[in-house]
Order: sequence, then structure tokens, then C-alpha cells
Amino acid sequence: MAFYVVQFLTGLASAASLFLVASGLSIIFGVTRIVNFAHGAFYMIGAYVAFTLTERLSGAFGFWGGIVMAAIAVALIGVIVEMVLLRRIYHAPELFQLLATFGLTLMVEDIVVLVWGPDDLVGRRAPGFRGAVDFFGQNIPSYDLFLIVLGPVVLGILWLLFQRTRWGVLVRAATQDRDMVAALGVNQKWLFTSVFAVGVFLAALGGALQIPRDAVHHAMDLRIIVEVFVVVVIGGLGSIVGAFVAAVLVSELNAFGILIFPKISIILVFLVMAVVLIVRPWGLFGRPEAAARKTPGLTVNPWRPLTSNERLAALAALAMAATLPLFAGNYALSVGSEIAIFVIFAVSLHFLMSVGGLASFGHAAYFGLGAYGIAFLAKMAGLPMIVCLLLGPLLGCVGAAVFGFFAVQLSGVYFAMLTLAFAQIVWSIAFQWVSVTGGDNGILGVWPSSWAASPSRFYWLSLGVAALVTVALRIAVFSPFGYALRATRDSPLRSEAIGIDAKRIQWTAFVIAGTTAGIGGALFAYLKGSVFPDNLGISLSVDALVMVLLGGVETVSGAVIGAIVYKALNIWLVSQTDLSKLVLGGFIVVIVVVFPKGIVGMLEMLAQRRSKASPPGSPLLAKPIGSAE
Amino acid sequence: MNRAPPILAVEGLTKSYGGIHAVRGVSFALQAGEILALIGPNGAGKSTCFDMLNGQNRPDSGHVRLLGEDTTGKKPREIWRLGVGRTFQITATFATMTVRENVQVALVSHARKLFNLFGSAPNFDRSEAARLLELVGMGGYADRPCGELAYGDLKRLELAVALANQPKLLLMDEPTAGMAPRERVDLMRLTATIAREKSIGVLFTEHDMDVVFEHADRIIVLNRGNVIAEGSPAEVRGNPQVQAVYLGEGLVYDARHRDGAPA
Amino acid sequence: MKLTVEGLNSHYGPAHILFDIGFEVADGEVVALLGRNGAGKSTTFRSIVGLMAQRSGRIVFEGRDVSARPTHEIVRGGLGYVPEERRIFTDLTVDENLEVGRQPKRANAPHWTREKLFALFPNLGEMKNRPGGRMSGGEQQMLTIARTLMGNPSLVLLDEPSEGLSPKIVEQMVDAIRTMKKEGVSIVVSEQNLHFARLISDRAYIIERGRICFGGTMVELDARPDIRDAHLSL
Repeated sequence: MAFYVVQFLTGLASAASLFLVASGLSIIFGVTRIVNFAHGAFYMIGAYVAFTLTERLSGAFGFWGGIVMAAIAVALIGVIVEMVLLRRIYHAPELFQLLATFGLTLMVEDIVVLVWGPDDLVGRRAPGFRGAVDFFGQNIPSYDLFLIVLGPVVLGILWLLFQRTRWGVLVRAATQDRDMVAALGVNQKWLFTSVFAVGVFLAALGGALQIPRDAVHHAMDLRIIVEVFVVVVIGGLGSIVGAFVAAVLVSELNAFGILIFPKISIILVFLVMAVVLIVRPWGLFGRPEAAARKTPGLTVNPWRPLTSNERLAALAALAMAATLPLFAGNYALSVGSEIAIFVIFAVSLHFLMSVGGLASFGHAAYFGLGAYGIAFLAKMAGLPMIVCLLLGPLLGCVGAAVFGFFAVQLSGVYFAMLTLAFAQIVWSIAFQWVSVTGGDNGILGVWPSSWAASPSRFYWLSLGVAALVTVALRIAVFSPFGYALRATRDSPLRSEAIGIDAKRIQWTAFVIAGTTAGIGGALFAYLKGSVFPDNLGISLSVDALVMVLLGGVETVSGAVIGAIVYKALNIWLVSQTDLSKLVLGGFIVVIVVVFPKGIVGMLEMLAQRRSKASPPGSPLLAKPIGSAE
Repeated sequence: MNRAPPILAVEGLTKSYGGIHAVRGVSFALQAGEILALIGPNGAGKSTCFDMLNGQNRPDSGHVRLLGEDTTGKKPREIWRLGVGRTFQITATFATMTVRENVQVALVSHARKLFNLFGSAPNFDRSEAARLLELVGMGGYADRPCGELAYGDLKRLELAVALANQPKLLLMDEPTAGMAPRERVDLMRLTATIAREKSIGVLFTEHDMDVVFEHADRIIVLNRGNVIAEGSPAEVRGNPQVQAVYLGEGLVYDARHRDGAPA
Repeated sequence: MKLTVEGLNSHYGPAHILFDIGFEVADGEVVALLGRNGAGKSTTFRSIVGLMAQRSGRIVFEGRDVSARPTHEIVRGGLGYVPEERRIFTDLTVDENLEVGRQPKRANAPHWTREKLFALFPNLGEMKNRPGGRMSGGEQQMLTIARTLMGNPSLVLLDEPSEGLSPKIVEQMVDAIRTMKKEGVSIVVSEQNLHFARLISDRAYIIERGRICFGGTMVELDARPDIRDAHLSL
């Protein structure tokens, strides 16, 4: 019995930091309507800065002062980020806001390694809370008790802040009706900045308070952000009480999940989240959100199938690509195969994101599932390659069918958070379930059959499949289904009013995209000869997003170009610098802010400008409307 | 008037929110080819009523019968399948698609080809799309991006989309809101002509009394969730109660509460 | 002049809504902006306080051109705005709603305190801690006006204050507007109800289909039944 009580208390203690970070995310979202993906990064910086300060400053005052100062310092960094970056993208489509803050996260990961080094840092114990309390023979660290008290205290302080101060009243008013607050003379800019500062302060404090419990390391941002997303999805985005209740719930589920499913404790959290989503899609304490801004929609540029000349050009390009083995060496061919595989991955996400308007932040899950599918079939069942290639992607298909069913119940930022959380769950399973997946060691020795084993043959295989997949998805874009999918993206209201069951259409698109990604993953497993949890990790999901964005999220063929350019750049970059995440993150931020149309989008715009002396612009505004007066 | 069974029959429709009765026992019927206007002051329950007819809202009690079938509580997409076209107060169209594609999506849906992955949508029933666009006078705009259209043209496109499933009934929520005066007249004349030609019943809400009195065959006046008057434009105009709550107030000839969209 | 509007044009998406709107308000004056629903009254107000993204024209308030200023600066300058459909913060209490509107004292405008406002709208004083969402329509309308007065404006744009209110509340509204005028607040009130407008206004403009088609005193308007009937009646 005592054991369970201790387990319960450990869960409560873990909930404190989770609650701080989640409430910060919720507060920021409530007013700015931005889901701050960089929130985990602020949490991590908070931990690192607190580590340094508590090392430098001595005594109890130094420790606690260092914790608070760290949180304040990181909040100031947040202010700069808000003023320099976020103010530029408050009116941008959601997807771009998510991506920009994600870019920040990547940059921060490399920056902390630069400043603090790659090794785990173990912080000081908290003065006054070094020991443990005996509870019927079980030890409870006294610092855990401190955290258990701290959670409700912070909840109370936040409650007072929002209920009893003018600032809190203004924030609550702005959460409900921003324009009206401005119409009463409140400067929204500074209100937004201050809200962001408070949210970041909470995240950084959450990170700083973790140092006596856990080592500080440069991957803690992603771990916390995924948990936070799960918390806000369960608790309801925008609700502080919801954040508290859900943080406790998730922490307890984790604490007890280990007892029930020791290998895959995360399953329990997933099940609870699934139930909550079905019963209350906006979370336990959340409210239905108004319709989200459309993901694409920066331009009005209807898509059209390729003309016969363009088809010839595409064929010629393909034929040229096919001649690569005639003059390139083995390394170049393996790079070529990898690029072709990433074209498959990118077009699969493009189908979901650009055509369907559903920006998945966890698309790598289905790519990785395809890869694991191959590994299971080839290594364990010993099936021949051709059979594996046909069956392996089915694992991606099944994963997409299960997760997609839940994901399409939501849209916009909720969809993005949920897909990310799902992907992380799949990753955790691959990581934890060592007996089946080999855990961190992966599954090795997945080699292609002899007919495809030589680098040139494998390259042709990859290129051929990539071409087939691209053509098939293009046909789908211009099929009746593709039109229906675009219709659900452009106007859910109108789609419903002409008999379209949007959820079913979107679910189908999710499964198609997941299966296609699985095909890419299957080839990838054969290319590398092995499968690791990284094959379904977050950074791979981000790669896919950037490829689509770089090519042009509003174009039909951008993903192909984006994948080729990005993958080539990426491979080159990794060979040139150790700071690839910093460069990549900066790159994402720059694309979002100054180059949101992507490569193909820019080319299309230039072509349009050249072909028409007077661009279509907006004749609608110039056109006078007749008057009867 | 009551020769054939009505295409739309509403019986005792009731809805309340948090103890406030938005709609109380509203009943009426609509014949094929008839144009019926639903008017009343703000908060009279018009929108709630309308939403219950098209499936966006579920009544607490009462029944909606479309073409003899009970559609109470059915989803909008199911109601559409029975032959009900809709237009919205603020136009809802597919902004990134061309005018023709907008109509084609509706045609695809009507033909139940939504899950066809390999057909060619750009060539899907172009002749019918062209016919519909011609009908609303948008024939020359087929290849224009929908997002570039002037507001009046969007309204006409919506009408073409609404006609794509060969509806028996058109539900139009403030069809002329936000339009220029001449466009209002044109759109309603067009709607009336089509409705009479094809014997389509039309139910619309509207705040522009010029439109209502010129085109409605019959008018229903709602106030505080109740039907307070029903009849021809002349009858409604002359009804003292309607004048009191809606058209004009008591002794002051000019004063009136008009209802409708924000300016 | 307290407020001068010249050549104001506004668009909402593809729709051109206001066409060269122009009018003036003198110090201490109550001016009615009359017109049917959809004529462009609310858009005119929203354009003046900078809530319409696509607008052009000159708006001079107390001698300063504010047409390019952000909304909060215009309002802080003393130009208050009471939107139609009330738009109170339903999750906030009466007291908190008033707090959002609070601005520092202004030299050229009357100073309003909560006590003074509760004297003007006695109902509000009795429900200080009630959430805005649990008030009747009339009480909400009073709260929006009181909220804007907390900013100590020298001019108030009142959008359809009598809309959807019972006659008794409308009478209270008339009294409140007269008190505001007596205190020295200039007012532009948009109305469809000529009867109500006549009780409070010095002058009136008629707006029809996005254009100003009449401007004059209430007496002049009464002398032109043709105009009155053409634009305000059926």
C-alpha cells in the first residue's frame, strides 16, 4: 500500500513542472492564438541557465535566487523573440506560426550544445530539501514534497493574477474579444508581449525546478513539449485549471502505467487521450474554438494538371535522373536513392497538408512504421524483398488508419499537436519495447535481395517508385476525391452543405498519405540496411514539413522540388557543419518570415508576372459596384 | 395553394437555450414553386429556425418534413441529399478553386463519386457545370479563380452550386446581404425565375423589405420565437401587430426596427 | 469641429461598403446617423476607430488626423466607441468589464467614476459581481455604454443603442444620453428608429447604401418628408 502512495506522490511531484509549462502554453495561446512549439525550448533554456546560476551562486539564497533569476532571464529572451519574430507572424496562417516556433526550437537545441556542451549536466540538490522522508519504509525525496506543494501554490498565484489584477482582467478580456479590448484603448502589442513573457517565465521556471531531480540535457525540450501537448489536448487549450488537472492525470498515468505496462507505459496515456477526444474533442476544460484560419490561402492560384509540354519536360528530367548510374559513384547513388525516397515522403505529406489542409507534425511515424514493417517481415518472417515491399507499408497504413481516425476529429493546431503526440508515442514504443523492436539498438541486417542489391539497381528502384508515387498522387489531386479533399480544406461549411462527409474524406487522405510514407520508409530500411527509432522521430517529421514548405505549400509540384533541394542541402550541410539544427532552424524561420511561398511558388509568381503585363492582382477591389441611386 | 402535399412541412418546432425560448412551436408549410420569406426583428428566432431546417441545429421538439420524409435532427449533408440547396448569409465557396471547379465538386458529390481516386475531375460533367453557370449568368467566368470574384458574383456562384443537385427546395439565408442595390434586384429576380420555371420551393430570410415585398409569394413574421403573422405581402404590410413589432412602431410613422446583418 | 470625416471609403473583402462618407460633429453636439440595416452605419463607426483593415479617407478628431492611427491610440485620445450587439465580455463581471474600459482622466472631457456611472445606470450598481453573460439585453447595453464612459471620452460613437430593447429601457437610454450630453460629451448615434433619434439629436445624417444622402438639423429633416420616406421608410 505504502508503495502505491509513494508512487502516487512521485506522480504528483512530476506534475508540477508539467503544469507550469502547460499553463504557460495555454496562457500564450489564449491571447495570441499561437501554439508556441518553442515552449519546450524555453523550458530547456530555463534548466540550463538555472544550472549555471546555481553553480556560480552559493548558499541557499544563491540556489533559489538562481532559479528565479533564470526564469526571469529566459522570460526576457522570450520578450525579444516575441517582438522580433512573433509580431511579424500574428496574422500568418497557423501552419507558419507553428513552423516558425518549431524552427526556434531546433536553433535552441544546437545553441545549448554550443554553450553548455553535449553532456548531461547534474545540478545541485536544493538546499533544505536534500533528504528524504520515510513513509512506512518507503523513501520520498523531500524535494518531491516541495514540488507537490508548489503546483497548487502556482495555480493559486495564477488565479489571483488573473482574477485580482487589472492586467489579468485585460488578458481575460482579450482572450474573449481582442478587437473589443483595443476598442477600449488597450495597447494590444504590449499586452501580447507581457502575456508571452509570463508564459515563457512559467516554462523556464518549470525547467529550472527540474534540475535537482533530473539531469539537464539537450533533448529535454522535445520530451516535455510532447507531454505538454498531451496535457493541453486533454485539459483543453486555454484553460489553466485544465492544465493542472490534466498534468496531474498524465503524471499519475505515467507513474502507474509503469506498473501495468512496464514496457510501453505510454499506451495508457494514449488510451486516456483517445477517450477524452471522443467524449470532449476540446478537452476536459476547453471550449470549442472558432474556425481556424486556413492553412494555405496566401494566394488564390487555382491548380491545374500539367500541360503536355510540361509532362514531356518532367519525363525528360526523370530520364536524365535515370542516367545517373552511368557516371556516378556508389556514394552519389546512395545519396540519389535517399533523395528519391525523401521525394516519396515529401509528396505523401504534401497530399495531406497542401491538398487536405491538415498539417501533420508527426508524419515520420508512418514512414518509420513502414521501415519497421520491412524489418519485421524480412528479419523475423524471412520473406523475400518483393513481398516485403508490398506488405511492409501496410504497417504505415494501419498506423495511419488508427491515429488518423482520432486526428481528423480535430483541425488546425489541435491536429498538429495530436499528430506530433501520436508520432512521439510510436517512437516511445519503438524505443521502449526492446524485445520486439530492439529499442535503441534497432533492427540490423535488413538487406535487399540480390536483384536490387547493387547501388545502381537500388537507385533505379527508388527512382522508379518515387516517380510512380508522385504520378499516382498527382492523379489523385485531380481526381474527384482530390477535389472533394480540397473542398473540405477551403470551406467545411460549404462542403457539408453539398453532401460531403469531411471527416471520412480527410481520414481517407490521412490513410493514403500514411501508406505512401510507409512505402518511402520501406525503401529507406533497405537502403540503410537497418531500422532505428529515429526513423519515426520528430526531426524526421520536421524534415518533411520543411521540404513541403520549401517547395511551396500552395503548389502541386513544390514538394518534389523541395525534397530534392532540401535533402541535397541537408546531406551537404551535415558534412560541413556540426550545427545543422541551428542552420536548419534559422532556415525555417527565414522561409516563414520572408519566403513563405517557397521555391515553386516564387517561380510561379514570376512566371505569372512575366506572362501578364497587368497582373490579376485584385480587380475585385477596383471594380466599381453599380449603384441604383 | 394547397393542392399538392407540401415539399417542406414544419410542425411545432421548439428550441430553447439555457431557459430562453428561441423558437416556440413554429409551424408552416411550403409548396413547390412557392417563394416564402421569413422575417422578424433581431432575436426573433429566424436564424435558429433556419438552422433547424437545414440540420445545423437540433430542435428540442417538433418535426421537419422534407418531401414527406422526417428530417428532424439529420445532418446538413443528409438533408442536401434529399434535394435541398443552400446559400449562406456570408458566401461559403471554395476560394482556391475556379468557378467551374466549385460547381464540379457539387456535381461530383451529387453523382456520389467523392471517393473516386483515379478519374479526371477537371473533365467531370463539364456540360452540366457550364449549363448551371450559364443559368446564373456566370458562363464567362468558368475559369476565373473563385477568390477573385466580386461579392455579387460569389452570390451567383453560390446559387449555381446550390442548384447542382437539382433541388426541390432552396434555403437562402439573407441572400442579398452585403450586395450592391442593383445586384440585389438582379439576384432575386434570377432566383424567382429559376424557382418558378423548375417549380423549386424557396425559403429565405431577409432584411431588405424591397426584396421581400417584391418577390415573396407569402411572408411569415416571427417575433420572440412565435409566428405572429402569415400571409401575402399586402396582408403582412397591413397587419397592425407586424407594424408594431417590426415594420413600424405605434404612432410614429417612420420609426421602425429593421432586422438583419451588420452593416 | 470635434470630429470631421472626409472621403471615407471602406471595403470588406471583395465588397465595397462605404463610398466617400463625409460628416462633421461640433463640440457638445449629438448627431444621429440614420439608415436602414446594412446601410453602412456600423462600418462607418468601425472605420473611424480603425477596426476596418481596408479603409481610406481623412478622419480629424480634435484637430488631429487620426486616420492612420491604431485603434487603441484613437480611443485613448478620447474617442469612445460603443459597438452594436453589445459585445460585453461575458466571462467578466460588471466590475471587471468596467475595469477594461478604465482610462486616465482627461482635461477636456468629463470624468466618470464607477459611482457616477452606477448613479446613471442604477441597475448596474446592483449587480457589480454578476458575469456579463448572465445579464439581460438591456443591462448589457447599459454596461457597454458605461464601459466606454470609463475611458473618459470627449466624443462617443454609439452604435444602435436602442436595438432590440424594450420601450422602458429605451426611455432610460434616452435619459442616459441626455445626461451624457449635459456632462459635455459629444455623441454620434447610429439609429434606425427615427423616433428615438429625434428625442436626443441636434442634427442628423442619412446614410443609404454606403453613401451619405442627407445632412441637416432634425427640423430640416422633418420638413423633407420625401427624403425621410425615400430612405427610412418602405
